[in-house]
Amino acid sequence: MKRSSFYFKMVTGALLRKRSRMLVALLAIAVGATIVSGLMTIYYDIPRQLTRELRSYGANMVVTPADGTKLTYEEIETIRALLPAENTVGTAPYRYETVTLNSQPVTAAGTQMNEAAATSPYWNISGEWAADDSSIMLGSKVAQLVNAKVGQNVELEADNGAGEGVKNTYTVSGIVETGGSEENFIFMTDTALDSFMGDTDSFDTLECSISLQGDELSGLAERINSSSDRVNARLVKRVTESEGTVLTKLQALILIVTIVIIVLTMISVATTMTAVVTERRREIGLKKAIGASNREITTEFLGQGIFLGVCGGILGVVLGFLFAQYVSNSVFFRSVSFIWGLVPVTILSSVAVTAVACLIPMRSATNIDPALVLKGE
Amino acid sequence: MADKSKSVTAQDNEDILVLEGVSKIYGELKALNNVDLKVKKGEWVAIMGPSGSGKSTMMNIIGGMDKASEGRVILDGMDITKESAKSLTNIRRDKIGLIFQQFHMVNYLTAVENVMVAQYYHSMPDEEEALQALDRVGLKERAKHYPSQLSGGEQQRVCIARALINYPKILLADEPTGNLDETNENVVVEIFRQLHNEGSTIIVVTHDPEVAAVAERTIVLEHGRITKNIINHNDYSKPINLRDYEGLSDEMLLGKG
Repeated sequence: MKRSSFYFKMVTGALLRKRSRMLVALLAIAVGATIVSGLMTIYYDIPRQLTRELRSYGANMVVTPADGTKLTYEEIETIRALLPAENTVGTAPYRYETVTLNSQPVTAAGTQMNEAAATSPYWNISGEWAADDSSIMLGSKVAQLVNAKVGQNVELEADNGAGEGVKNTYTVSGIVETGGSEENFIFMTDTALDSFMGDTDSFDTLECSISLQGDELSGLAERINSSSDRVNARLVKRVTESEGTVLTKLQALILIVTIVIIVLTMISVATTMTAVVTERRREIGLKKAIGASNREITTEFLGQGIFLGVCGGILGVVLGFLFAQYVSNSVFFRSVSFIWGLVPVTILSSVAVTAVACLIPMRSATNIDPALVLKGE
Repeated sequence: MADKSKSVTAQDNEDILVLEGVSKIYGELKALNNVDLKVKKGEWVAIMGPSGSGKSTMMNIIGGMDKASEGRVILDGMDITKESAKSLTNIRRDKIGLIFQQFHMVNYLTAVENVMVAQYYHSMPDEEEALQALDRVGLKERAKHYPSQLSGGEQQRVCIARALINYPKILLADEPTGNLDETNENVVVEIFRQLHNEGSTIIVVTHDPEVAAVAERTIVLEHGRITKNIINHNDYSKPINLRDYEGLSDEMLLGKG
């Protein structure tokens, strides 16, 4: 029999004969590896997951005409074509006009309601979104000012582009609460505002909600800017920066939890292995008495540690993915993808953690005096 | 190890073990007090004495598991007194076969694997040779049994096979029959007789007068000193039955005889 196969026999034999102890150690490593590999999966998936979640904060990129004129329908469609479809949550074009409601000047915003709903999911609408050209939504402050209710008819007046006074009656379909300046606006469909004002092709901004972060998002803005001299795309810093901060903090939290779990696993494995060394004092003493060197004793313990580390790591990879999948499904309502690169990382870190945890027990094993042990002490 | 061994010229070539003025001092206590002893190659020596007389200390020093405070221990022509712990490990591995009262087997290995452990630390595990060693102690049939499946006598015989496997210079047995019944005691002593006839050097530490009496020579230790050196005239040409031995009388052991 080769030395290596006898070594393997001794390592596995010791593990199998001390099953309960070794199961505790294996469980500690597997639980540690599970949580660490699960958290790492989420760590790498969080930007992808949360960027979409964070889009509920509203538009993170605004495109305006560079020369102070207006954006046409055609230009809006050109810009939309430049956006990556899979990352585009919504693109809402806005036309702003000053109108008069009950003799009060108010800003009316004409937009595509489905796109506005996508870019601004945080809007709270009492009633309904304005579905057709005869309906409008009032910002809550405007509604308060004129004391208007949902279902009521209101008359808007304005001077159109030709300098003629125009007026029309609309039904209030909903009241908009946002906690922001939108509450001072009147919202109607772009076609309703166009026909009210008697012209078209005059959008002031295009608000975009894109599920991209950092450099990818600014790169996109640069591509739009370089596509035409007429448009100016810029990021809404307040939104993009706070998104970045949230992501960084979440990732830092995950890293801290991971480190704590690694330390806890190490303590648990070290405690178990120390107990194993204590239980096997006689056996270690015997081996030393019949000629085992400290290096051989150390190698045997390390072999057991590495064996446990590999088994725990493999368990951790499988259970960790299930754990990440569960967390992702219940928190983000999305599934995570399996990261193959995490397999060797998890197994190698399990082995490393176990090996480090075995250092102290190994040291006490080599300190065992063969003579003392053999006297039955 | 050969490069490290120190040749001792004063030593008689026939002496495999020489203790010269060996003392072991623990604080105020002298566990061994200026002990001189020579053991010839192939000799069968029993060391007797009451508890606390220094038997175990002497065994540990001869076995390279402890160091003398004073004096020299020359084993197979090499002064082991000043050797490092690492070097003593090599000496135990290469020159000494150890047998213990409590057997001490590795409980997750079979009988034959327990023999192979000693081969593993020495050089290369060889199952065939380990089985032959078990055959010698009459346990070839039990080779695949675990220690928990073996009786005390069988475990001790496995330990003897393990002690012999690397052809040690000295077989050092500490109370080898202390935990055995009479039948197994006889089996072990009989194995010693055969080994003695084949030329093995055997040192047995015992407090059993009969086991001491079957040796060629019995040394009595008291308070860390050798007080008696008794030559036994035994016939080793036929199997030993311990019942035929009356053992050494208390008078002889206490120095009154």
